[in-house]
Amino acid sequence: MLGKLSWAAIPFNEPLPLVSTAVVALILLVALAIVTVKGWWPYLWREWLTSVDHKRIGVMYVSLGLVMLLRGFADALMMRSQQALAIGTAQGYLPPEHYNQIFSAHGTIMIFFVAMPLVIGLMNFVVPLQLGVRDVAFPVLNSVSFWLTAAGALLINVSLVIGNFARTGWMAYPPLSGIQFSPDVGVDYYLWSLQISGIGTLFTGINFVTTILKLRAPGMTYFRMPVFCWTALAANLLIVAAFPILTATFLMLLLDRYLGMHFFTNDAGGNQMMYVNLFWAWGHPEVYILILPAFGIFSEVAATYSGKALFSYRSMVLATLAICILSFMVWLHHFFTMGAGANVNAFFGIMSAIIAVPTGVKVFNWLFTMFRGRIVFTTPMLFLIGFIVTFVIGGLTGVLLAIPPVDFVLHNSAFLVAHFHNVIIGGVLFGVLAGYNHWFPKAFGFTLDDRLGKASFWCWLVGFYLAFMPLYVLGLMGMTRRLQHIADPSWRPWLLVAGAGAIVIFCGILCQVAQLYLSIRTREHRRDVTGDPWNGRTLEWATPSPPPAYNFAVLPRVETIDAFWEMKRKGEQRWVERRYQAIEMPRNSATGFVLSFFAVVTGFALIWHVWWIVILGLLAAAATILAFGWSDEREREISATEIARMERTRVAVGGAG
Amino acid sequence: MTTTTIEAASNRLAHQRDSGPAPTRIVVAYGFWIFILSDIVMFSALFAAYAVLAGNTAGGPTGAELFNLRNVFLMTMCLLVSSYTGGLGALSAEQRKPERFLLFAAATFVLGAAFLFLEIAEFVGMIHKGAAPSRSAFLSAFFTLVGMHGAHVTAGLIWLVYMMAQVVAKGLRAAVLRRLLCFSLFWHALDIVWVGVMTLVYLMGVQ
Amino acid sequence: MDGNGYLPEDRSPGVEERESTATVASYTAGLGLAILATIGSFVVAQTSLLWPPGIPVGLIVLALAQIGVHLVFFLHLGSGPDNTNNILALAFGVLIVFLVIGGSLWIVDNLSTNMMPGPIN
Repeated sequence: MLGKLSWAAIPFNEPLPLVSTAVVALILLVALAIVTVKGWWPYLWREWLTSVDHKRIGVMYVSLGLVMLLRGFADALMMRSQQALAIGTAQGYLPPEHYNQIFSAHGTIMIFFVAMPLVIGLMNFVVPLQLGVRDVAFPVLNSVSFWLTAAGALLINVSLVIGNFARTGWMAYPPLSGIQFSPDVGVDYYLWSLQISGIGTLFTGINFVTTILKLRAPGMTYFRMPVFCWTALAANLLIVAAFPILTATFLMLLLDRYLGMHFFTNDAGGNQMMYVNLFWAWGHPEVYILILPAFGIFSEVAATYSGKALFSYRSMVLATLAICILSFMVWLHHFFTMGAGANVNAFFGIMSAIIAVPTGVKVFNWLFTMFRGRIVFTTPMLFLIGFIVTFVIGGLTGVLLAIPPVDFVLHNSAFLVAHFHNVIIGGVLFGVLAGYNHWFPKAFGFTLDDRLGKASFWCWLVGFYLAFMPLYVLGLMGMTRRLQHIADPSWRPWLLVAGAGAIVIFCGILCQVAQLYLSIRTREHRRDVTGDPWNGRTLEWATPSPPPAYNFAVLPRVETIDAFWEMKRKGEQRWVERRYQAIEMPRNSATGFVLSFFAVVTGFALIWHVWWIVILGLLAAAATILAFGWSDEREREISATEIARMERTRVAVGGAG
Repeated sequence: MTTTTIEAASNRLAHQRDSGPAPTRIVVAYGFWIFILSDIVMFSALFAAYAVLAGNTAGGPTGAELFNLRNVFLMTMCLLVSSYTGGLGALSAEQRKPERFLLFAAATFVLGAAFLFLEIAEFVGMIHKGAAPSRSAFLSAFFTLVGMHGAHVTAGLIWLVYMMAQVVAKGLRAAVLRRLLCFSLFWHALDIVWVGVMTLVYLMGVQ
Repeated sequence: MDGNGYLPEDRSPGVEERESTATVASYTAGLGLAILATIGSFVVAQTSLLWPPGIPVGLIVLALAQIGVHLVFFLHLGSGPDNTNNILALAFGVLIVFLVIGGSLWIVDNLSTNMMPGPIN
């Protein structure tokens, strides 16, 4: 009746997951109670849950990413502490079957539910504004994308308390992840959670490629687009090209697990190396999906806080496109040791070294942008400088690992772990945090406290180096990744330093929480009345903070790169009274929310083999899609008088420029 | 008449870059084209898996033993002609002739359903002979690749019926026409994927 | 902008021309060519018209030709002066497909040659 589900699925005998779930459940219940008592449900439903506005969706994505960062980081703290404690005869406090779930969840959550949502959220908020248009190409699809990602995040969190998570690592290689060696629900949680959110991500890719190529303000040719939009285009092209591979690969593993097929089994002709190959054919482009928008953010930050145009726009664009194409030609470097011959290893090793070249071009361009600029040392600028130093180190260790003989020694060692955290934290996370500080005032109408922002930066920077530089040394000393117990006591000092680093990073996160809380408390002192707090160069700064639903009352006419800078130069950013036309904006839609509800139900039922719920869930999802597909009245009109009123209010508040 | 059309066209070309956001019809069609390309990438991963595993028959039946090429030819013709009737249906819709559209749509449906019927019969026959997907890696890959295409065809047929209902209920208004455009893209793309399946799975499989 | 609300220069694949006679002919021509290619494939596969080791090559050539017929005659790819985005997207897709299938085959074949001899699958 309920498939494999029973009371035994709840870990009553394991305090850690039980207590942490209880705490989270309590917080959630309190939050829901407050919302209900204060009567906020209609507001939440109307303004957020059913919103198809890219700005709202962007905020929800970033919020999801930041919340999941707490969960993923909790996993990190547990791993660091276990490795600092369980040395020699000491056993630590996490048995292997738990530790394995923790590092699997850590990787899965950080990649799919922290980094991706943060990056996608920022692209969502910023790209239509920078392009000078009113929304993305397919707003309802955008909402579906977000809610499917949230559905995946929910499923993964449920695995903490109902059943267990995968013990295979975040890559879930067969045969370990096959039904014979992972008969429990853990791998199924992993697979269904990622299939559901993967569909959402694919839709984002389609949406943004179409938006950037087909929806731009009048006069905005390709070479007048901001660099962030170019990097967003490249990243979304990679999403469209890579995520279907992951979908197919996970489908094959699911078919092995559910229907007894033999894609990756030990017997009947299965080939596990094929999984590794296909997984990384997705996996390598994935990391470029994460880093390219971060590069774009840094381009915006470098130009804005140096008061100078970005150095060599064209070479930036070309480097971005080169990285985009090359990222599809290097994936074997993730499995040099799997046994391909010298020719194959050499080809992919050389390509992996080559891909560092366009990145180097970008680093020089950022440096030349800053050179002789009037630099303002705000939090985003600090993150830029920290990124340049840190990412270059991480990139260099990457080029080291790109040499197959070196990789034969260092594959799956702590050196590798240090390398990818180096580039992901130093690159993606620093970029996202820079973007978060940079665009926060645009989204909410007041700036974030800069001192706490800087404090968080220093904690993250120092914490990162303390936590991960020792791992480079440990890797060279022979330590592998994913160790639940350390046999060699001479590694202890390094692991203790690494543990200290994790605590310093934790302080950085606390600073960010404090920054947000305090900034909200003192927001009246920090109001952004002009819409342009940083003397920006691109079109998003031409709108009020926060922008109205329609972004621009009249679409701007673009004649150069850095369109807003040009407008200011000509004195055109000042508001003038003019005749407005009515604007058609998309209506809200519950489709995304409802579809994702059924996705969660169906996913959960698939994991626990409750087939009748699966069928019902699929039928309900299909009905939702058909209902959406029938409707034609998807737009609402904002009248000219309403627009005029909103624009005049903006001026009255101080936005005349 | 011709000269002014050419002048007008070249003027439009000159201003085309400055035209701002593209019209909805273009945006929708392009977005769906990108979706089709992503679907093709997914199929290519399944094709790659099939190519790698095609020889791993685990002592079980091989393609040469199982495939009935006369059946495959029939299926190919059904799908190909259904693409043709689908195209003529799309033309009728563009010409705002709903009855003609419905006629061609019905023909497309019948041919597509015939394709599915033949394919399901083939699958059932194979399973009865002991050539189930769980028998060997080759058969897992075969059933998944060909079955995934069949699942897409099924979804397409449901969509087609749904679109016919929309045309009857709402007529050939702009939104309906855009959706028909997407359906045409989908249906033709499925025929393209079938060319790959026919060649790489069946025709090469019997060598 | 013409009455249909779009610039004739900016076309997406599948978007129909105004004149109907031109494209009924294109669909029919496409059907005819595709049928020829299909029959050709079956003949190549089942007879010794081609030198046997060359049969896979012949089949692939015919398949690519038929896909081209579909793209041009059914999807109208290539018609209209500014089709660049559509063709670029297709080129990108083709590149990815080639890398995924070709790359996987090269890699897995290379891995297989380095596997220990054992019971044959």
